[in-house]
Amino acid sequence: MTDHLNKKEVLRQGAGAAWPICLGYLPIGLAFGVLAQKVGLPWWAVAMMSVMVFAGSAQFICVAMLGAGASAAAIILTTFVVNLRHVLMSSVLAVYLRGVNRAFLALYSYGVTDESFAVNLTRFRDGAWDRWRALTVNHLANATWFAATVCGALVGQFVPQGALGIDYALTGMFICLLVFQLQGRVHILTAFLAIAISIAWYLLIPGDSYIVGASMCAATLGYMIKRHTRRSKP
Amino acid sequence: MTFPDYLVLFGGMGLVTYLPRALPLLYLAHRKMPQWLIDWLDLIPVAILSALLAPTLLADTAARTFQFGKLELLVAIPTLLFALKTRSLGGTVLVGMLLYWLGGMVY
Repeated sequence: MTDHLNKKEVLRQGAGAAWPICLGYLPIGLAFGVLAQKVGLPWWAVAMMSVMVFAGSAQFICVAMLGAGASAAAIILTTFVVNLRHVLMSSVLAVYLRGVNRAFLALYSYGVTDESFAVNLTRFRDGAWDRWRALTVNHLANATWFAATVCGALVGQFVPQGALGIDYALTGMFICLLVFQLQGRVHILTAFLAIAISIAWYLLIPGDSYIVGASMCAATLGYMIKRHTRRSKP
Repeated sequence: MTFPDYLVLFGGMGLVTYLPRALPLLYLAHRKMPQWLIDWLDLIPVAILSALLAPTLLADTAARTFQFGKLELLVAIPTLLFALKTRSLGGTVLVGMLLYWLGGMVY
């Protein structure tokens, strides 16, 4: 990892994996910056938040709550609940980062988002991926998020809405990463279960609990079905 | 709000965001995990991705009501087929964006 060529290669491959995330972060980051500025946050507060929090949905909720006059305690509590889903992602990543030193893990954890998790996990599963490339993905995504949100706060109101279908970048990325995860019948079944449970939960229960709730229910059902079919075979 | 107000607010938000991201990784990466946990965690990514996508594709996210046949869903079908056929992440993202952009003009 010390020689120059290798570092370049890690950066190149990391960037090759990260660009769909970065593309998706541009419109969302810009939109966030515009919104924050409308609520009255100065650009440096947007910069501070993107560095200190780095969580898209929680940042949007924070700005909405600030606009509604919520207390800091209420905002922090909501952030905690919204980001609990990362417990699941962090646990899954532990399978691939086994035995890695704690300093690295502490730095790596900072960059665990829905997007970087999905991209890195897919690469880890395919093999030919390591923690340095994964860390590069995290940091490039973070840098893009930072730049896009600050740009949004400064000049966001001049950017046209919905240009070039860029609002679909993250949806398209999630669809493709979902396809990569479909490695067997149990995975396909789990996907259908998760969609059904998620949409029902989303419609019935306010808030964001549908993500954690549906994922855990669907994975548990899928796991039970897998065990059952394994056992019933002679 | 002043700088110290923002520091307290973002510091608190940052902490409750960081801990759920860090603690499971720091704890589990240095323990031997039981097989049932590994098998269960194996199904979590597919479940999370599906759960995240479902409202985008099947609901009116402003009104939080069921909606079948929205543009996001119609575009998702060829995007999914393209992903299955090519297994290219970058290509799929670009095809999805292009179709969504074109679809927005006629839909």
